[in-house]
Amino acid sequence: MKIYGVAILAACFLVGHMVGDSLGRAFHLSGNLGGVGFAMLLLVFANDYFKRNNLIPAETENGILFWSSMYIPVVVAMSATQNVKAALSGGWVALLAGIIATAACFILVPIFSKFTKK
Amino acid sequence: MNDFIKILDKNGLVFAFLVVGVIMYLSYYVSKKLTNSKIPGAAIAISVGLVIAYFGGEKGVASIPAFSGMALLGGSMLRDFSIVSTALGASFHEIKKTGWVGFIVLVLGTVVAFLVGGSIGYAMGYTDAKSFATIGAGACTFIVGPVTGSALGATSDVIAISIAIGVIKSILVTIATPFVAKRLGIDNPQTAMVFGGLVGSTSGVSAGLAATDVKLVPYGALTATFHTAMGCLLCPSILYFIVQLFLS
Repeated sequence: MKIYGVAILAACFLVGHMVGDSLGRAFHLSGNLGGVGFAMLLLVFANDYFKRNNLIPAETENGILFWSSMYIPVVVAMSATQNVKAALSGGWVALLAGIIATAACFILVPIFSKFTKK
Repeated sequence: MNDFIKILDKNGLVFAFLVVGVIMYLSYYVSKKLTNSKIPGAAIAISVGLVIAYFGGEKGVASIPAFSGMALLGGSMLRDFSIVSTALGASFHEIKKTGWVGFIVLVLGTVVAFLVGGSIGYAMGYTDAKSFATIGAGACTFIVGPVTGSALGATSDVIAISIAIGVIKSILVTIATPFVAKRLGIDNPQTAMVFGGLVGSTSGVSAGLAATDVKLVPYGALTATFHTAMGCLLCPSILYFIVQLFLS
């Protein structure tokens, strides 16, 4: 059943958030440190394990795939709810710092890609 | 009319499905017919989202009553839930291939954004260590900025600027990625992970990669989410102490 997939996804999501939250508290920061990243890693590991042992029926997987196909629509909704006006009214400091810092990070991409194993 | 809006407001999430569905349909239509699929439909849809957000308020279009459900559909809960679900398309084998570079880019991306952002703030009159660190942190992501600012006790206008920088970064990354992806060599899982780790803005990276090649989203998003974590860890601590040595 599809709901099994959604439930697996929910479990990974919640455990990841708990890990991120306790890390945040351990460092005395009012934030979630990489909860989403841990949740993703969990799902990658779980999926790897299920696949190798043939434990995940296609229908269960479809429950997760539905949510990944909802990803772009969710991002569209997210863009539509950004404080675009404030971003533009943050003044020249915000605009310049945003553009130049982004460009600096972009430029480094090809340099470091060379170091990954092909 | 008022009753009509009330129904939409009461069923906000369902109305948001309809609104986003219509935006997606029109965007993909325009992409195919007017640009011969050269500009990806997802990129157009995301840009349309940003444009209509401008006509709203603090919460973008969700500040308008009938569209309140957009805040739920595009809010952090469903956003993170769907980002995590994309991990199903990521293979552990590909992640391992990125190796130690993945960790290095996380640290380096944070440090570079922090120094560049902070220096520009310094050049424009924000010369104390707290403002330098907060503005620099904003150049990591719009979450790192306010987290650092409130940890250090920066003034609220500086925190607002740091959020604005982060939002501008995420918008810029969203729009620019599909156009520069080829030139930067972002066409395989490893470069996508390097890209996510260096640039960091989770929303920008994942939206930009979605518009470039959906298969790359999980890889970029994975490192990008750790970038925010790295920023929250380094900016209010080590990086702030270093700045303090020079600016106090």
